[in-house]
Amino acid sequence: MAALGIATGGGNWFLALALGVTLLKCLLIPTYHSTDFEVHRNWLAITHSLPISQWYYEATSEWTLDYPPFFAWFEYTLSHVAKYFDPEMLNVHNLNYSSPWTLLFQRFSVIFTDGLFVYAVHECSKCIDGKKAGKELTEKPKFILSVLLLWNFGLLIVDHIHFQYNGFLFGLMLLSIARLFQKRHMEGAFLFAVLLHFKHIYLYVAPAYGIYLLRSYCFTANKPDGSIRWNSFSFVRLISLGLMVFLVSALSLGPFLALNQLPQVFSRLFPFKRGLCHAYWAPNFWALYNALDKVLSVIGLELKFLDPSKIPKASMTSGLVQQFQHTVLPSVTPLATLICTLIAILPSVFCLWFKPQGPRGFLRCLILCALSSFMFGWHVHEKAILLAVLPMSLLSVGKAGDASIFLILTTAGHYSLFPLLFTAPELPIKILLMLLFTIYSICSLKTLFRKEKPLFNWMETFYLLGLGPLEVFCEFVFPFTSWKLKYPFVPLLLTSVYCAVGILYAWFKLYVSVLTDLPVSKTKKQ
Amino acid sequence: MEKWYLMTAVVLIGLTVRWAVSLNSYSGAGKPPMFGDYEAQRHWQEITFNLPINQWYFNSSDNNLQYWGLDYPPLTAYHSLLCAYVAKFINPDWIALHTSRGYESQAHKLFMRATVLIADLLIYIPAVVLYCCLKEISTKKKIANILCVLLYPGLILIDYGHFQYNSVSLGFALWGVLGVSYDWDLLGSLAFCLAINYKQMELYHSLPFFCFLLGKCFKKGLRGKGFVLLTKLACTVVVSFILCWLPFFTEREQTLQVLRRLFPVDRGLFEDKVANVWCSFSVFLKIKDILPHHIQIMISFCFTFLSLLPACIKLTFHPSPKGFKFTLVSCALSFFLFSFQVHEKSILLVSLPVCLVLSEIPFMSTWILLVSTFSMLPLLLKDELVMPSVVTAMAFFIACATSFSIFEKTSEEELQLKSFSISVRKYFPCFTFLPRIIWYLFLISVITMVLLTLMTVTLDPPQKLPDLFSVLVCFVSCLNFLFFLVYFNIIIMWDSKNERNQKKIN
Repeated sequence: MAALGIATGGGNWFLALALGVTLLKCLLIPTYHSTDFEVHRNWLAITHSLPISQWYYEATSEWTLDYPPFFAWFEYTLSHVAKYFDPEMLNVHNLNYSSPWTLLFQRFSVIFTDGLFVYAVHECSKCIDGKKAGKELTEKPKFILSVLLLWNFGLLIVDHIHFQYNGFLFGLMLLSIARLFQKRHMEGAFLFAVLLHFKHIYLYVAPAYGIYLLRSYCFTANKPDGSIRWNSFSFVRLISLGLMVFLVSALSLGPFLALNQLPQVFSRLFPFKRGLCHAYWAPNFWALYNALDKVLSVIGLELKFLDPSKIPKASMTSGLVQQFQHTVLPSVTPLATLICTLIAILPSVFCLWFKPQGPRGFLRCLILCALSSFMFGWHVHEKAILLAVLPMSLLSVGKAGDASIFLILTTAGHYSLFPLLFTAPELPIKILLMLLFTIYSICSLKTLFRKEKPLFNWMETFYLLGLGPLEVFCEFVFPFTSWKLKYPFVPLLLTSVYCAVGILYAWFKLYVSVLTDLPVSKTKKQ
Repeated sequence: MEKWYLMTAVVLIGLTVRWAVSLNSYSGAGKPPMFGDYEAQRHWQEITFNLPINQWYFNSSDNNLQYWGLDYPPLTAYHSLLCAYVAKFINPDWIALHTSRGYESQAHKLFMRATVLIADLLIYIPAVVLYCCLKEISTKKKIANILCVLLYPGLILIDYGHFQYNSVSLGFALWGVLGVSYDWDLLGSLAFCLAINYKQMELYHSLPFFCFLLGKCFKKGLRGKGFVLLTKLACTVVVSFILCWLPFFTEREQTLQVLRRLFPVDRGLFEDKVANVWCSFSVFLKIKDILPHHIQIMISFCFTFLSLLPACIKLTFHPSPKGFKFTLVSCALSFFLFSFQVHEKSILLVSLPVCLVLSEIPFMSTWILLVSTFSMLPLLLKDELVMPSVVTAMAFFIACATSFSIFEKTSEEELQLKSFSISVRKYFPCFTFLPRIIWYLFLISVITMVLLTLMTVTLDPPQKLPDLFSVLVCFVSCLNFLFFLVYFNIIIMWDSKNERNQKKIN
């Protein structure tokens, strides 16, 4: 009641936005949930009923614990609340267990831990000095940024329909970014170190953190032209940073080191045995590569360059299998993807080192790291696009160019999440929420930058509008055609290829803007 | 319109909430042999599709009227027929005569929910958007108004949770209000006739429509333009009724049978637990059992008539769009509180006009709308819709509170009680505490509602009184509604004085 009372202050729009989206999340409780629901239930059971030494060995369920130790401890904490809801869900052998109370508990645990995300958004909206705009509340950058983050379509459907705990993890990340913006570097670094031990996917953006902290925190001063002043290096800062990261890692991995289980933990965390692409193709470079391979093999068959008997069957009948066998192009190894990713990340990291532009430059580098690894990484999930989308929201309210990149990236990235929800009752919800977020983001940013040149050129407009017919074809036309049985993978293929083009374009455009941007004069002397 | 995108966003939020609620259970899900309103609507599709039109309302071996017999006017039947054709196209099993009884499946639920959404999208939502856009308030207020009206939980929960097509009849009524308020009288009366012909409960709104249009004719002079208008209106009403009822005018018995089905006077003073006076009063005295049937009808008629008379007379002699909307509220409330055979869902007929005055008296409207949702708690509890009810009610409350900052609008002026207080102050000069009293009443009311909801959900009623909580809910809501009836009558009766005073000042 007290919270509601504050929300009614009229000026307190932020609380109203946060409460509104929280209530929407509560409404989504009865929606479909994926196997991730069972994954997390199983982890609750493992951490609750087994000693630590068993956590990373337990394999009754196929969904073994494959997140770093902090997340396991997080599940352990949750399980002590869960036992008051339904102790049956904490039994390791109760595979695929579900009861109304289990559902309620799991869903509410996501909604509740999202509180951290809300706080992080609040901090971010304070420290982002976007473009000064009209007096109207709805045209203020702070307001737009808060909506873009709190009501983010991807986060809503991945966390609250599909079921995952990304909300509070991204909360940690945004909070650490906000701390870096507020010049509280140690805190930022600490939060990120903790985050890494919650979910190791954030390793992708670790280079940006490392280089930024080294360059802009450990070196306390720049030369007037912005280049590095070597003698300003502060050993104290470096050591304190290192010590803190070490302590966090010791806290997380220490017990397993003591138990001599580190190799086992790492083998769980980095399962390179999985395929190049996830079950649904994430819209990245490899999706285009695979699609090209498919097209070439079809052409090859038509023109009799290829022998049909030599082509692996799986590759032609379905794109749904995890292991994708290339027929024409050379197969891709994990090492190749790793090298590609590193090469893609390098320029942005160099840029961060040689042209430091304060926290904004860091943020750009972080997004480029996230996007590059999304583009070229091994076994990338389509959900990983959120790693780029959410930080990009912070940039979008600052500059028209960034806003345009953000919109293409977000719209394509969000659309690529559509195959996650394939059940009929959720179809209207995903379309409505997508429309809601897309229309709002495009129009509000257009209003914010109305005095500058248009956000999109004709090609980009055409691309974004094309998503509409694509959706109509994939979900309303294709299932009623005779191709459905013969080529069931076509909608997925089209979706990921179409989105991959957009995301690749956004990645490229962002890279160009980072590399060609030379506002050295703007760099503040520290 | 520079902010059309915010308006689109608001409508999309409304739609999302609607669909999210529709994922929940519906009335009578998996409860044979009678099921609930969901099965009723499906059964009507079955009946209208398989039987010739002259058998729709008659009991026969193919049409057992005891099992959800058709008891709504012809337009509902036509709508069912239309839905049945679509159902036939998708899966004929859904409407097969006899064999489809109690048919339930995920796909069918999806289909039924979709029909509600489509009807809503075609009729109710455009009317709300248009109504709010035509209001003379700032764009920001318009958008806030649309959001609040679309988020009203009562209608969403009954249509998308419990399962009914109230948005159709209420939507037509809203088009009617729009029409007559902006002087498209013929269109307005046509829309309202459609509303009545969709659901006879719309008669609750008929008196204000009648008085307002009559008052308009009087104003124009009954010997000149007024008479022309009156004739035109009469023709519109008669023609639209005849067109709707045409298939049933072939025989006298047909028409009478439909009427008998529409007004089942022998079903008693009230059913289930309703937050009206008779049900609440029966806690102390079982009128239903003591008095003979026809006297019950007489009493309820007299009370209803007397309670709505002042407002209607006032409207006839001083017709104004604003007074019209207030009279709609008070008449619907009178009917709900005093009339014969009231359903708990009929409170939606009060809520619709209250939604229309949301921007005029935000504080009181929010309060009424919350109470109206609360009054349906026993029904929602039975349908397993408590969770979405609480969530949507909170969302609605937050939306109203943020967009209208209702708690700052509790002065006499904002409550439209200025002229009333002034006239009371002539006799009691110290009468300045009214806003504070209303504020305290609001707090008490909200706290009672929250506590009762918590008790109903968590506690088991004592074995001797299994209906304890639902009776309490009805009783509390009824007290609230009585207070609202008095309030609306006061602001209606003191309305023009206020205007005259303002004119004097000007």
